[in-house]
Amino acid sequence: MDLEEAEEFKERCSQCAAVSWGLTDEGKYYCTSCHNVTERSQEVINTDLIPNTQIKALNRGLKKKNNSEKGWDWYVCEGFQNILCQQAEALKNLGIGPELKNDVLHNFWKRYLQKSKQAYCKNPVYTTGRKPTVLEDNRSHSDWASEPELLSDVSCPPFLESGAESQSDIHTRKPFPVSKASQSETSVCSGSLDGVEYSQRKEKGIVKMTVPQTLAFCYLSLLWQREAITLSDLLRFVEEDHIPYINAFQHFPEQMKLYGRDRGIFGIESWPDYEDIYKKTIEVGTFLDLPRFPDITEDCYLHPNILCMKYLMEVNLPDEMHNLTCHVVKMTGMGEVDFLTFDPIAKMAKTVKYDVQAVAIIVVVLKLLFLLDDNLEWSLSNLAEKHNEKNKKDKPWFDFRKWYQIMKKAFDEKKQKWEEARAKYLWKSEKPLYYSFVDKPVAYKKREMVVNLQKQFSTLVDSTATAGKKSPSSFQFNWTEEDTDRTCFHGHSLQGVLKEKGQSLLTKNSLYWLSTQKFCRCYCTHVTTYEESNYSLSYQFILNLFSFLLRIKTSLLHEEVSLVEKKLFEKKYSVTKKKSRSKKARRH
Amino acid sequence: MSDFSEELKGPVTDDEVETSVLTGAGMHFPWLQTYVETVAIGGKRKKDFAQTTSACLSFVQEALLKHQWQQAAEYMYSYFQTLEDSDSYKRQAAPEIIWKLGSEILFYHPKSNVETFNTFADRMKNVGVMNYLKISLQHALYLLHHGMLKDAKRNLSEAETWRHGENTSSRGILINLIQAYKGLLQYYTWSKKKMELSKLDKDDYAYNAVAQDVFNHSWKTSANISALIKIPGVWDPFVKSYVEMLEFYGDRDGAQEVLTNYAYDEKFPSNPNAHIYLYNFLKRQKAPRSKMISVLKILYQIVPSHKLMLEFHTLLRKSEKEEHHKLGLEVLFGVLDFAGCTKNITAWKYLAKCLKKTLMGNHLAWVQDEWNSRKNWWPNFHFSYFWAKSDWKEDTALACEKAFVAGLLLGKGCRYFRYILKQDHQILGKKIKRMKRSVKKYSIVNPRLSY
Repeated sequence: MDLEEAEEFKERCSQCAAVSWGLTDEGKYYCTSCHNVTERSQEVINTDLIPNTQIKALNRGLKKKNNSEKGWDWYVCEGFQNILCQQAEALKNLGIGPELKNDVLHNFWKRYLQKSKQAYCKNPVYTTGRKPTVLEDNRSHSDWASEPELLSDVSCPPFLESGAESQSDIHTRKPFPVSKASQSETSVCSGSLDGVEYSQRKEKGIVKMTVPQTLAFCYLSLLWQREAITLSDLLRFVEEDHIPYINAFQHFPEQMKLYGRDRGIFGIESWPDYEDIYKKTIEVGTFLDLPRFPDITEDCYLHPNILCMKYLMEVNLPDEMHNLTCHVVKMTGMGEVDFLTFDPIAKMAKTVKYDVQAVAIIVVVLKLLFLLDDNLEWSLSNLAEKHNEKNKKDKPWFDFRKWYQIMKKAFDEKKQKWEEARAKYLWKSEKPLYYSFVDKPVAYKKREMVVNLQKQFSTLVDSTATAGKKSPSSFQFNWTEEDTDRTCFHGHSLQGVLKEKGQSLLTKNSLYWLSTQKFCRCYCTHVTTYEESNYSLSYQFILNLFSFLLRIKTSLLHEEVSLVEKKLFEKKYSVTKKKSRSKKARRH
Repeated sequence: MSDFSEELKGPVTDDEVETSVLTGAGMHFPWLQTYVETVAIGGKRKKDFAQTTSACLSFVQEALLKHQWQQAAEYMYSYFQTLEDSDSYKRQAAPEIIWKLGSEILFYHPKSNVETFNTFADRMKNVGVMNYLKISLQHALYLLHHGMLKDAKRNLSEAETWRHGENTSSRGILINLIQAYKGLLQYYTWSKKKMELSKLDKDDYAYNAVAQDVFNHSWKTSANISALIKIPGVWDPFVKSYVEMLEFYGDRDGAQEVLTNYAYDEKFPSNPNAHIYLYNFLKRQKAPRSKMISVLKILYQIVPSHKLMLEFHTLLRKSEKEEHHKLGLEVLFGVLDFAGCTKNITAWKYLAKCLKKTLMGNHLAWVQDEWNSRKNWWPNFHFSYFWAKSDWKEDTALACEKAFVAGLLLGKGCRYFRYILKQDHQILGKKIKRMKRSVKKYSIVNPRLSY
């Protein structure tokens, strides 16, 4: 097979920097991820090493040009494959191990192609008017059939799905009326061979690939690898342009032309939405029929104890709070492996929103300590302030008011910057998408015009203001002891809000209010909607702060807080639905 | 320069649901648009592209408002992408917004100059051809503002000869406007030449050449302007210069016709200047008084505080008709209703005289007609103690006139009148005494005494 042959060629592709080479039937290397053909050819041409000549023909078909204007024949799924490849590459640059791309994502994708009957199966959906030539004989020597061994290296050329072209039996099978008629007709409506058909396809039980879905694949692979990237981090990196997503198609090889229906498939004009991608992740996981994911144990980044630590640092809260979050995790059982591990084949497939949950735990702890009723937190702050004034040498007590003032300022500035950056975001690609060849010159002229106007106005812009994009970081705020304006609270103590009782410590505050009094009686997990004005200002501020960090809706965080509370006060919920008192002791 | 004319022919068939609320006569309602949009997408989330570009637009506007030209340019840089919006309604609305905001930025930005403005204008003219004429015209005005008359004229000529697609009614007006501006520029040169001519001696050898020049110009100009001023609208500078030229060549009937049409045609919006021009013209022509009165009567209805009202009053006073005398009184009261006229000594003098004359002529009812609606507020508005003091300090003559009026209208007990009487001015002593007598005799407060 091609890939095996090309294994000795280890140079990076000049276009996409991938090391994944196949051989053309002229013996030249081509990149399997971006279809770039090199000038280098295999040094020793040994025909014995080429077992399946039919595949060769296939590759030629792929690169065969209809005419120079129209570019290569390519399939929609190849486009998605290219995007996934770009994303995997970007993740690698962010420090994720190469196994993610080469093993996990690659296998998930192949599995997807098989499950959605686009390749690696007997009757691929595409082969309308083409002979269904799939490697039945090859399956035997790939261990693809043994499903749980996902990470096994299956080396198949990724373009097998395209099938060999054979115009002769155009009229023999017509399951999809649009694509069949003639090759030239379809290419009017889309650059890809199956763009029109693809956008019309609605098959029950098959998860159709979309651009947001690529992120679901990425997240699934990250989750499989237990990498230190949460979903909100991933989406933030997308928004900050560290991971290709919007206009990812503009990095397709030159000869993969996009227009017409491809525009609807690959053109994206929105950033990914947390809930949407979360849902898609579960959907894809279930569709792929994946086995239980590797366990999320206490030493994993996604474990609430570690994430809580991370977010406590991020929002400048005292390290001592970590003991309390750990305690809440323990009481609620949210640190259990079974609770945390994603198992798509379980009866009710669901995964944990690790980041949202960790933040919700912190909110609950804040409520336990300070009540957040716009009253108690301020009187506790007065005590802390007085104490700190008297004992300047001791470890200072955590002063909620001071923390609020500093965080409010930092948060407002950050948010303002974020909004400005969003408003300045340039959505349009260098490669304009058009509907048909008639529209092409218009689209290109319009692009040219925009570029010219931008060039003109760029001379009016202060060059220092538009510095390059910032480097990716999982932290958005930076708190250091040296900075005098922005006090760092990490080392502050919680002594002012805790009191000793025998061997354990109690929170001074003995009251608690529940974010949600009632849950839906139905099976959905819906919580009563979050009506901002019903809640205290401090609570609103904290929710706004955290939901901004995660780029999620405040209502989603509120919901998660309610769910954590439900676990924490399970008995109270079932007995009384009134304000519950909580006296929680913690060994010191 | 690229051109987007194909855009008009090309099919506009987006995949997305597209809505554009265009009602007749080129009007559109943005609020209705957003309403329809939300219905069309069934409450689905707006695309981030739409959200960020509209946020971007408000950032541009905010920066302009704060005169932060640099920031405005920065956001403008990103806003250009709306030209590629897949929503055809927004895409079509974009060029105009971009032109308006962009030209504003370039007008004020310290790094901008005429050249950058020209390039920008030329580019925008060709984005979505619909705005070609409008932008050409504004471009010309910008050049005029910078004193580049020749370039402005060339620009207008180019726009005038520009042809594209179908002729629409809105374009017709624009073409007329462009021609008229061209005419106005020609008028400007003509007017300069005329000045030259007036400085030259008739025997000067250059006289004939210049005179010929003047004549040629006027012919072209009148053709350019006359088309525009037939269309209903407010065309003050055009009408004024057109009439000036007609008068110069002795075409009085023509000038009068233009002015009469401009003032009286009901299709034209109500425009006080139209009547002022006509009145001034008639005055120059020494037209009969009745004609002038009828013109000013209309002006009186539109702008009762206009300074011509005092002239109107004198015209009415000179008239023989009694109703004109009554109207004369009304006009004076009307003028003094306005805060801007309170210190107009002529108006007060006229009013004092007119009141006295009216009362002497036994037309107490006329005065009371006017006074009844004002007696609640004029005493505080004009005749307070404060005004008495400050008027006396600033202008004793004015204070005297006002005091006389106050005495007549409010009686000798009124604060203003009493304050002025007390002042005991040496020169004005006699006058004040006479005033006191008249007030006693004619004041409307105790009318029985006057009989």
